[in-house]
Amino acid sequence: MSGQPVSVPAADGARAGLLDREGALAKLMIAPAILYIVAMIGVPFVLAVLYSLSDATTGDPTLKFVGLRNFAAALRDPVFRLSLWNTVFFTLVSQCIVVLLSRLLATALLKNFRGKWLVRFLIMLPWTAPISLGTIGWLWMLDSIFSPIDWVLRYVGLLGVPGALLGAGTNLYYLGVPGLAISSIILVDVWRILPLATVIQLAGLSSIPKDLLEAAEVDGASPWRRTLMITIPLTLPITSIAFLFGVVFTFTDLVVVYVLTRGGPVHMTQVLSSWTFFKGIEGGDLAQGAAISLFMFPVLAAVAILILRTARRTEVV
Amino acid sequence: MAGVQFEGVSKIYGDNVRAVNQLDLEIEDGEFMVLVGPSGCGKTTALRMIAGLEDISEGVLRIGERVVNHVAPRDGDIAMVFQSYALYPHMTVYKNIAFPLRARGVDKDAVRKKVEWAAGMFKIGRLLERKPRELSGGERQRVALARAMVREPSVFLLDEPLSNLDALLRTSAREELRQFQRRAGVTTIYVTHDQVEAMGLGDRIVVMSQGRIRQIGTPMEIYQWPADTFVATFVGSPPMNLLDQGDTLLGFRPETFLPADAVEGSEGVVTYPFEVTYLEYLGAERLVYGNVGEKSHARHVVSRLPGSLTLPLEAGKTYPFAVALRDLRRFDKKSGLCREGRPS
Repeated sequence: MSGQPVSVPAADGARAGLLDREGALAKLMIAPAILYIVAMIGVPFVLAVLYSLSDATTGDPTLKFVGLRNFAAALRDPVFRLSLWNTVFFTLVSQCIVVLLSRLLATALLKNFRGKWLVRFLIMLPWTAPISLGTIGWLWMLDSIFSPIDWVLRYVGLLGVPGALLGAGTNLYYLGVPGLAISSIILVDVWRILPLATVIQLAGLSSIPKDLLEAAEVDGASPWRRTLMITIPLTLPITSIAFLFGVVFTFTDLVVVYVLTRGGPVHMTQVLSSWTFFKGIEGGDLAQGAAISLFMFPVLAAVAILILRTARRTEVV
Repeated sequence: MAGVQFEGVSKIYGDNVRAVNQLDLEIEDGEFMVLVGPSGCGKTTALRMIAGLEDISEGVLRIGERVVNHVAPRDGDIAMVFQSYALYPHMTVYKNIAFPLRARGVDKDAVRKKVEWAAGMFKIGRLLERKPRELSGGERQRVALARAMVREPSVFLLDEPLSNLDALLRTSAREELRQFQRRAGVTTIYVTHDQVEAMGLGDRIVVMSQGRIRQIGTPMEIYQWPADTFVATFVGSPPMNLLDQGDTLLGFRPETFLPADAVEGSEGVVTYPFEVTYLEYLGAERLVYGNVGEKSHARHVVSRLPGSLTLPLEAGKTYPFAVALRDLRRFDKKSGLCREGRPS
């Protein structure tokens, strides 16, 4: 190379448009998301807080400040207390089952077998259908007279004949008997979240380097030891994410309970969101409904913080 | 301690893709054997077969007296160091090294003693409480070696363990590895694509290409008496020069192709007019690139001159260069095989 200086044409600063100004562009591009969150979440949240401190009803939605009266009333209400307990119970039980089942499914889906794409497709299917539609399907499955499950049980002789394992009655009344109704709600909650959790777990499992598992194998670790010492610790952050997402979806869900049992029998399956709806909208007591729904807030805020923290942890292996 | 024996071992993928094709190889007890070849030549597959990580499609593989065709990795008495080191990222260095012992149910006190012994051997005692991500490349490599050696395996497998280190570290790691292997006396099989590493480390070298063994021999045999043109051009940098001569290819190493008056051969010399096109001064040596033969079918040839030979050379000029007859190798043009065996 000779020492001749090479002249580089200078960029024309005056012509730097919006696309070149990163600060302005960033604000512009994030604006729709912020607007959306403010309009769809921020405004209703502030309204809910205002309603909960007032005596608003659907007939008279003017705000008159009444302090914490609505919260005190909610806490005194046995149905509210049962709903709170049910919400926590349904959520935790269903999500523990989801974590176990999704891990099993994900492990199976990692293997190669014929028709794997079909199985994957079928597993994802419930997630793509609207919840209400899927739940109506379950309503039919769990119908007190026409339940196909009962039909199968009768067919194989477990139900409907004297001395049968599940009783001599022709039907089990899934949604009418407290224990069965609770189990049914949990079952449908599991069915709903399982696809998402499976996909998340699948991502977690396939992110483990193959080398690590092979090294453990050569190091003499049994399949159990490999699972307990390598796979589970390495996928724990992403499993927690799957769990926490499931918690958020299930904790706030109204549709499953509303469609299947409407909180019955006798409030046995009432949850916070359904009780909010029945009290605040159908019952017309907006203030009381808002107060009930706000009891979900601390739990959801805590879960959201946990999700953000765990997500950060998954980035640093 | 045990030797390893391949008898007609093949690995067949799909219908008829042979990653490893009819491998016959006997590795002696305590030997340091290097498998070398370009990527995709089947060397890593062969190594993984010994570890039990790869099914064997054909043939018999023995470790010691035992046939290990269907032995699971965890039941073989084998340790392996992976190219990525495959350290367990969520465990401390101590737990990483202890893992193979705990997997075999060694009791806690014995584990502590062994881990400290292994850590001392690789000088990583002060790193035991750290996580792998807090270690440098060289430290990780030592941890991987310590983890592999801690249970004193009978066969030690290494898959390109130095390829992630920088050049300087690689040289010192190579030397340490060799010394360690001599002391431990464990049968070691080492896979690399780097022929310099292979030459420097191996008691013997296996040169592979397209799933087949091209030559087995000591580094000197491989370098001086390559079995075919593949080995001749794969081993050595720059590679062996090859000149057309009828149905024969004449081969000679760059360092044997010197200015005519510097060559002496009791059995005679062959002289060529050498048209220099390009010169590279590398300090200890000079590489001279040029052409031999007539314009129409001139052959590209390289000469490596020792730094002590300060004879002035210029690009564009032609000089008489020569090779001693004893340094010439003759290869069959069709098969590529060397015509003469090594004189005993």
